[in-house]
Amino acid sequence: MSVRTLRVGDRALLVELAGGTETEAFHAELLRRRAAGALPGVREIVPAARTVLLDGVDDPGRLAAELPHWEVEPLHARVEAVVEVPVRYDGPDLAEVADLWGVSVEEAVRVHSATEFRVAFCGFAPGFGYLTGLDERYGVPRRATPRTAVPAGSVALAGPYTGVYPRSSPGGWQLIGTTDVVLWDTGREPAALLTPGTRVRFTTVGGPTCGAGDSAAEGGR
Amino acid sequence: MTDRAVAVVRAGALTTVQDLGRVGYAHLGVPRSGALDPGAVRLLNRLVGNLGAREGAAVLETTVDGCALRPRCAVTVAVGGAPCPVRVDGRPAAWGAAVRVPAGSLLEVGAAVRGLRSYVAFGGGLAVDPVLGSRSTDLLSGLGPAPLAEGAVLPLGADTAVRGSVDAPPWPGPPDELVLRVRLGPRDDWFTAAALHAFATRAYRVSPASNRIGLRLEGPALERVRPGELASEGMVLGAVQVPPDGRPVVFLADHPTTGGYPVVAVVREADLGAAAQAVPGTPVRFIPVR
Repeated sequence: MSVRTLRVGDRALLVELAGGTETEAFHAELLRRRAAGALPGVREIVPAARTVLLDGVDDPGRLAAELPHWEVEPLHARVEAVVEVPVRYDGPDLAEVADLWGVSVEEAVRVHSATEFRVAFCGFAPGFGYLTGLDERYGVPRRATPRTAVPAGSVALAGPYTGVYPRSSPGGWQLIGTTDVVLWDTGREPAALLTPGTRVRFTTVGGPTCGAGDSAAEGGR
Repeated sequence: MTDRAVAVVRAGALTTVQDLGRVGYAHLGVPRSGALDPGAVRLLNRLVGNLGAREGAAVLETTVDGCALRPRCAVTVAVGGAPCPVRVDGRPAAWGAAVRVPAGSLLEVGAAVRGLRSYVAFGGGLAVDPVLGSRSTDLLSGLGPAPLAEGAVLPLGADTAVRGSVDAPPWPGPPDELVLRVRLGPRDDWFTAAALHAFATRAYRVSPASNRIGLRLEGPALERVRPGELASEGMVLGAVQVPPDGRPVVFLADHPTTGGYPVVAVVREADLGAAAQAVPGTPVRFIPVR
């Protein structure tokens, strides 16, 4: 696995990988090593789109020299449960998203709810996960004018990602639905429902678009 | 019956509860938060007898104009960080030293004479409920206690009755010019040679738009060699992020955990306490070091 390691200040390393899958595998390897006690002196492991940041590193020079020699296990299909997020596909931007995709609203709902997602990384707000899984052709731009208030529980799209707003906040993502699931609860461990690496599936509940289960081919347009 | 608590008489422009921050949750999108001047927190906690692990006990961080408090019990306090007048029931009291405040007395923390942020430590520390292991107010994501409001009552922890002592004099205040040592990268290759030269040699000024999230700077815009967006990546404390307008922002405690603008350099953590005290208009220079 080719990795490029960049120094970030005196106590951090940014590990750059070839793509999302490699980043996921490398992040999983880091977590495995940390769980096995083989990664001492690293305070934070922060995955992102194509990088993993290691912050609070006691000896960044040594770790940077070791990383390229690591054997990184390829990702294998996991047996762990998939987190199900029930969604009412009733977002104000759903029709626009369907237009951007060149499909009907029913088909957009079917595609989204048929996709298995994965939390690539968190950011923007506590518990806000950037979920990947949609085919490249379903990428959508952010809205030209961000909304000043997006309600908590909004399921939204931007670029290649799906996200769920953990609390009401300003936002420029395309809103396609709503969930009642609690994304963030500091009284819970972990506080975030969607932590990096978690598999996620959105299931349709209620509303006129419920169960738009026609038999069109996956991703037909 | 003792009521170990302190009531807020005057909240000030922005006074928050802070400790040494919320470490270990960056992967969930949780900022580190914590006092912008952690050296002041440790020193003041030692002065009031919060020793060892309690050096990171929760304190108050004021902004510009201080605050006023009325403890409901006798408590040892110490005020430091930005130098400011301190009064107990109208009488001058020491800054940068332990002061015993009787129950029901008025403790006034005046406006900063130099710098921006004064800190108030209490024997036993502030005992508001921790969130994810920290009592800090995080203004980016809204975690932790709300900023102080008039009439609020903050609980105090049990006093150890240990006498504090310190072996270093309180920090005298911010310099007239803020010199920030930086290590270039990780994205210095996104900028032109001329931009990197300007960054390392020209003077910037602290913008009034600065806050606990970032120290915003006015000065030469840094021109990129490549257009387009950087895929979101993890951000560290002290990162000098350069948004599209080219004006650098130094990330402080409440910074976002990921970001999509390139980081030209990272400020040494030891220099960030002084950055937290730099008033708008203060000249800033970046000194690349290895």
